[in-house]
Amino acid sequence: MANLVIAEHDHGSLKAATLNVISAATAIGGDVHVLVAGHNASAAASAAAQVAGVSKVILADGAAHGNLLSENAAAQVVANAASYTHILAAATAYGKSVAPRVAALLDKAQISDIIKVIDADTFVRPIYAGNAYATVKSNDSVKVLTVRGTAFAPAATSGGTGTVESVDCVADSGVSSFVSAEVTKSERPELTAAKIIVSGGRGLGSGDKYREVLTPLADKLGAALGASRAAVDAGYVPNDYQVGQTGKIVAPDLYIAIGMSGAIQHLAGMKDSKVIVAINKDPDAPIFGVADYGLVADLFEAVPELVAKI
Amino acid sequence: MKVLVPVKRVVDYNVKVRVKSDNSGVDIANVKMSMNPFCEIAVEEAVRLKEKGVVTEIIAVSAGITQCQETLRNAMAIGADRAILIETDVDLQPLAVAKLLKAVVDKEQPRLVILGKQAIDDDANQTGQMLAALLGWGQATFASKVEVAGDVATVTREMDGGLETISLKLPAIITTDLRLNEPRYATLPNIMKAKKKELAIVKPADLGVDVAPRLTTLRVDEPPKRQGGVKVADVAALIDKLKNEAKVI
Repeated sequence: MANLVIAEHDHGSLKAATLNVISAATAIGGDVHVLVAGHNASAAASAAAQVAGVSKVILADGAAHGNLLSENAAAQVVANAASYTHILAAATAYGKSVAPRVAALLDKAQISDIIKVIDADTFVRPIYAGNAYATVKSNDSVKVLTVRGTAFAPAATSGGTGTVESVDCVADSGVSSFVSAEVTKSERPELTAAKIIVSGGRGLGSGDKYREVLTPLADKLGAALGASRAAVDAGYVPNDYQVGQTGKIVAPDLYIAIGMSGAIQHLAGMKDSKVIVAINKDPDAPIFGVADYGLVADLFEAVPELVAKI
Repeated sequence: MKVLVPVKRVVDYNVKVRVKSDNSGVDIANVKMSMNPFCEIAVEEAVRLKEKGVVTEIIAVSAGITQCQETLRNAMAIGADRAILIETDVDLQPLAVAKLLKAVVDKEQPRLVILGKQAIDDDANQTGQMLAALLGWGQATFASKVEVAGDVATVTREMDGGLETISLKLPAIITTDLRLNEPRYATLPNIMKAKKKELAIVKPADLGVDVAPRLTTLRVDEPPKRQGGVKVADVAALIDKLKNEAKVI
């Protein structure tokens, strides 16, 4: 058996999600190789080579990967996929864009969002917004998998003794090109890697109130900020704040849900958090059904008090 | 310009499904079924492109059992011009659906295919990307804004760290995210009109596609339940619990 992990990176460094994927690959067993498809990405490749469990890094360095376009990334994976039984990517926006392309080009099924490795052919994955867990066996010779990061502890970033091998970069597909990016700037920890998340819903009433009420609490706790779909749809915060079935899946040590009802689609994204706190004035809000500690209170009074006393 | 919009019939998003007691799957008998919300957004986007004069014809397509006709009628009530059902009782998996759609694309020659980014039943998030790969087309997943001018689609995508805009050479694939639009409600006159629109039925064999499943679901389980928590009296009690009981702050 041999696993190929599709690295997620910004050329200079490896994205944290890749470390969880490497753990999943290690759980499957056999060699773990990492493919870095980037431009001037030798720094990302050497970072990958040092990750515990990685024996080889394949670096495809070239202009075609400058903007990490899915078409070129998938072509690169396929060009280097010959000797692998498992091809894995993170279940992130990048991984979800690339992996199914790879699977289709190889004429193999993909198993999305795995949360457990049973054996080399069999995996557990959530369906129906996490309301059921399916145990799925692949009958294909090659398994293409995306990995839910919260389900696998990150591999150590040091201790690996991988070698870096360069391969030819594929030609640009010519069918898509990068125009621009609008990156949300934040000094806070990344949502999917944060130990504490302060998350707000429609109960905040506006984007201004969201920031005014939640920012001091997040600052005090060193927390990341998240939101429900309702809050994102209403324009309180950018899309990348969304936690839920179709947004980000998080599992911090502490998740503080403020002014949110707890729709099943939202719960799907956070119910694996270690400790959940809910603050809502409606005692019947479904969020209290999953919260370890519920506080029925007006959030506009309770949250400032929490900030003052914590 | 022709647009193809694949749509999927799924358990309605308001339904909380239950796992069958024999662990063979989830119980969907007598459960409300609807069009997958992301597919609805895809239909709406196609209709808006038609209203802008960019698109001339919208073809809705679905693959699955006879009842998928309802989903297609719904798509036509929103504004699709005609529909194709690829009828089969086989448990269709994303790769098979992508192959079926490729066969329809080969026949209908649309310049754009707009799909939902994922279906809320199996949450796979694969079909659009697979179809793009099989066709050798460019793809823009998780679209929150679409502009089509001439032979180019400019698409803003919802990424993990913000937004990204890419440009696609047509023909191309777009998959929709939540913020792309708010689908309109089908009005009664449009629902009536949709009943008269053309709905063609084909079989996977007619399209020459092998839809045999590659994956076997061995069992389906309830996820571990969270223990019901406690309500605390006030902020001070909450802080005490977090510090001394949960020890998370």
